Amino acid sequence: MNLFQFQHATSVEDAIQKVVATGGKYLAGGTNLVDLMKGTVEQPPALIDLRRLGLTNVVSTDEGGVLIEAGVSNSAIANHPLIRSQYPVVSQSILSGATTQLRNMATAGGNLLQRTRCPYFMETGFEACNKRIPGSGCAALEGFNREHALFGGSYKCVAIHPSDMAVALAILDAVVHVQGASGKRKIPLPEFFRLPGDTPQIDNTLHPHELILGIELPPSGFGRHSWYLKVRDRHSYAFALVSVAAGLEMNEDGTIRRAALAMGGVAPMPWRVRDAEESLVGKFATAASFHAAAELALAGASSLSQNGFKIDLGKHSVVRTLRLASSGPQSR
Amino acid sequence: MSSNDQYEAGDLCETQTSLRINGEAVTVKIDPRTTLLDLLRETLHLTGTKKGCDHGLCGACTLSVDGERVLSCLTLAASVDGSEILTVEGLADKGNLSELQQAFLDHDGFQCGYCTPGQISSAHAMMQEHARGDLSMVSFEGTRDEVTTGRMELSDHEIRERMAGNICRCGAYANIVTAVHAVERGARR
Repeated sequence: MNLFQFQHATSVEDAIQKVVATGGKYLAGGTNLVDLMKGTVEQPPALIDLRRLGLTNVVSTDEGGVLIEAGVSNSAIANHPLIRSQYPVVSQSILSGATTQLRNMATAGGNLLQRTRCPYFMETGFEACNKRIPGSGCAALEGFNREHALFGGSYKCVAIHPSDMAVALAILDAVVHVQGASGKRKIPLPEFFRLPGDTPQIDNTLHPHELILGIELPPSGFGRHSWYLKVRDRHSYAFALVSVAAGLEMNEDGTIRRAALAMGGVAPMPWRVRDAEESLVGKFATAASFHAAAELALAGASSLSQNGFKIDLGKHSVVRTLRLASSGPQSR
Repeated sequence: MSSNDQYEAGDLCETQTSLRINGEAVTVKIDPRTTLLDLLRETLHLTGTKKGCDHGLCGACTLSVDGERVLSCLTLAASVDGSEILTVEGLADKGNLSELQQAFLDHDGFQCGYCTPGQISSAHAMMQEHARGDLSMVSFEGTRDEVTTGRMELSDHEIRERMAGNICRCGAYANIVTAVHAVERGARR
């Protein structure tokens, strides 16, 4: 780990000012950043610690939704009464990721900002990684790529975003609240993340020095009919090969009024599949409608040398998630 | 952790950190790169907390900060300045092993023992989490009411999922589950 200056921030404005002054990075839970610093993947000249800012509440909004402040731990989000009762898919997605120890440390804001776990990015022994060293190439294209993207990658980078929580946030139309040196703004989740294109070193649309203040969830009708399914190499404590978040609003006659579907582990951002969602509207919750939606969900997938299996895995995962959202244990 | 020339040239970057460790107040001047794990082991000689992978993958370094279990290898000591730390050394009461420690002995919850302080520190916090109604991924296989209230049985499946952050290379998992169950049921043999 390279040497850095360390300072506790005393307020949001103080944190922003200190990052502007030092060119450093914000430190929240540190589960990803400290690890990357140990491997010198990240080498910030300063860390500005956010632990004393507060920002640790989950509060109801006037619109009937909730605001998850940026410093709330992943565990505290997953176990909060408002989240469990109104947005159980958020609890389920968070609890599908990492371990209690890590979830106790990791924060809401940090979860969105975590970097990819592509091994060529994580390990400086590999020379080629455009995300780590712009212009150095992408070793995954012709290398180990069974965990990499089916959607949204470029010839510069095929890494995936590793968050589980963000996949659930995607079906809930979450909005990220941020503050920078020039004021506050709100960024809808799909505009918060970005595709790699020619500049894979930039993961999101935050401006330099901007700090996440919180994540707003609008009211949701998916409370009773949602599910997060995570498929991985081992049953717990592993990143997703494929994950699916599904939310359904049902009519009284048993047809689907509205559906939202997003996939994780397959793209550089949570991957909403709108064609599949629309195909479900007005249909009964049957295997046939779910299979048709699954075909549409994976229709645009483009596989690399080792990850073709994720297309079939993805289809089965979509079907299973929709079945569990419509009639699983939480729907009764 | 590697040091660099800048550091060796002077102590400009040292930061003062105060902690309460197992009830005892400690104030130290440290390099900001110091993890809580290294502070405990290398500076304070509290070597109960173990360094396994040093990358947040194995759980051997598990301890509690302000009552919640965390990984001390990824925690910068300077960041948790002012916090209350509970390590495995703080679990016994005046030389009497805690129920959980005794259960690990009674049920052979270890072989080589290297992961054991992390396992016990983790299980100690886990039982408090379950008692206050915290959920795990497995909880969603139960009813909606159980997810809302957090009142679910601490089944083998729940224990295994809630302890997934502690790797045991000897594979003592079965007996670790038995030890936790024994304490949970208050029926240690």
